[in-house]
Amino acid sequence: MATREHVMRLDGVAKSFTMHLRGGAELPVVRDVSFEVAAGECVALGGPSGAGKSSILKMIYGNYRADRGEIWLKDGGQWVDVAQAKPRRVLRLRRTTIGYVSQFLRAIPRISALDLVAAEARDGGLAEDASQTHAAQLLARLNLPERLWSLPPATFSGGEQQRVNIARGFAAGHPILLLDEPTASLDAASRARVVELIAERRTSGTAMLGIFHDEAVREQLGVRIVDVTRFSA
Amino acid sequence: MDDAELPLLIADGLTRYYGPRIGCADVDLEIHEGEVLAVVGESGSGKSTLLSLLSTQLAPTRGVVTYRTRDGDMRVLFSLSEAERRFLFRTDWGFVHQDARMGLRMGVSAGGNVGERLMAVGWRHYGNIRDEAVDWLGRVEIGADRIDDSPKAFSGGMRQRLQIAKNMVTRPRLVFMDEPTGGLDVSVQARLLDLIRGLVADYGLAAIIVTHDLAVARLLSHRIMVMRQGRVIETGLTDQVLDDPREPYTQLLVSSVLQG
Repeated sequence: MATREHVMRLDGVAKSFTMHLRGGAELPVVRDVSFEVAAGECVALGGPSGAGKSSILKMIYGNYRADRGEIWLKDGGQWVDVAQAKPRRVLRLRRTTIGYVSQFLRAIPRISALDLVAAEARDGGLAEDASQTHAAQLLARLNLPERLWSLPPATFSGGEQQRVNIARGFAAGHPILLLDEPTASLDAASRARVVELIAERRTSGTAMLGIFHDEAVREQLGVRIVDVTRFSA
Repeated sequence: MDDAELPLLIADGLTRYYGPRIGCADVDLEIHEGEVLAVVGESGSGKSTLLSLLSTQLAPTRGVVTYRTRDGDMRVLFSLSEAERRFLFRTDWGFVHQDARMGLRMGVSAGGNVGERLMAVGWRHYGNIRDEAVDWLGRVEIGADRIDDSPKAFSGGMRQRLQIAKNMVTRPRLVFMDEPTGGLDVSVQARLLDLIRGLVADYGLAAIIVTHDLAVARLLSHRIMVMRQGRVIETGLTDQVLDDPREPYTQLLVSSVLQG
């Protein structure tokens, strides 16, 4: 696996928050974050809560700004530095190259679970029919009861929402995936399905960087761990 | 979204004074097809002035707005003749007002409101106009049985959907929206937001949406511009500006929203 080609490289990334409503207090999060992730590799960010794991994922996705450093992602034949890229470029990366499974689903009123997932598949380049089929397959694999597919997920339980969220994240077939505790609110059976899905994607060459608090999940996946405490600011 | 593609609209140093008072100052922006830009800020921040300047309803004190017409020419909007500008407004642009009564003719039937815009671009056949009107009313979830009703008989949400149908029927490339969900009940808002999202996705519309509601901006827009006292103080990807606001004023705006 070490010979695999890198598709993500962070170099000297730093992040702090300035809390203007708290008298301009500086809240340092991380500094000098540097590591690489290869295609077909699953890497876990390790360290206690508050060490900046989520912030690192969010900077890679362009959701948080980096104060310093470079965040290179391989987009087809081209390398893009997310820290410098224009908003339109970041949006294009998100459509074709990088996916993000967050801990919480941001539901959109009146859109069914199936359509939410299918929309991502369509953005990833599938045709209308194929994206519906693909979405249904993913939801079925993740054990979401079929009677829920046509409903908006706002009223779903935490675990059900999380499964919709994971299906969305995996639907577009992005070559790079960020996973923020994908199994946090799942029962054992659903967790096993997610682990299976992650392992499958890894085999097909997807690069994954995640936060997995569940040690069993880390072990099953045999992830490489990047210890975030060494970047503490 | 090709990087090489020219923007649809470019504003450069757009400034408007009302006497000595700043309406808006030094605003630069670009928008591409398929892109939704939200302009947020409190009332008096200059966002409505900006919308009026971009849509040529108000003349700037300084600055230029350039627009790519359907034949691919980049034209300076204030150098267009009145006829050319009217043509843009009737075909290539839409304008959705907060108060639907400003965008509709209240004395004309729902079908008439939609059909009128088609007639303005040369449609003559009554049957075709009526069919197209029924089709568009359907797309905004207004039943065909309401086509002859006056918008006076419609609820606020229905009026707003009718206003959108009227704007969309000529397949505009750019739609300006001024607080499109303002004053509506939350459930009615959700339906309208869903409709606007769908239209943007299906027709590759560009939209510039003025709103003070950050939830509306988050749901609809790709990029966001935060205005204060007539100036743009922060701009970027919508989720980035809302989740990692940099400016004190943006942090205040974001922290004032109830989490939902």
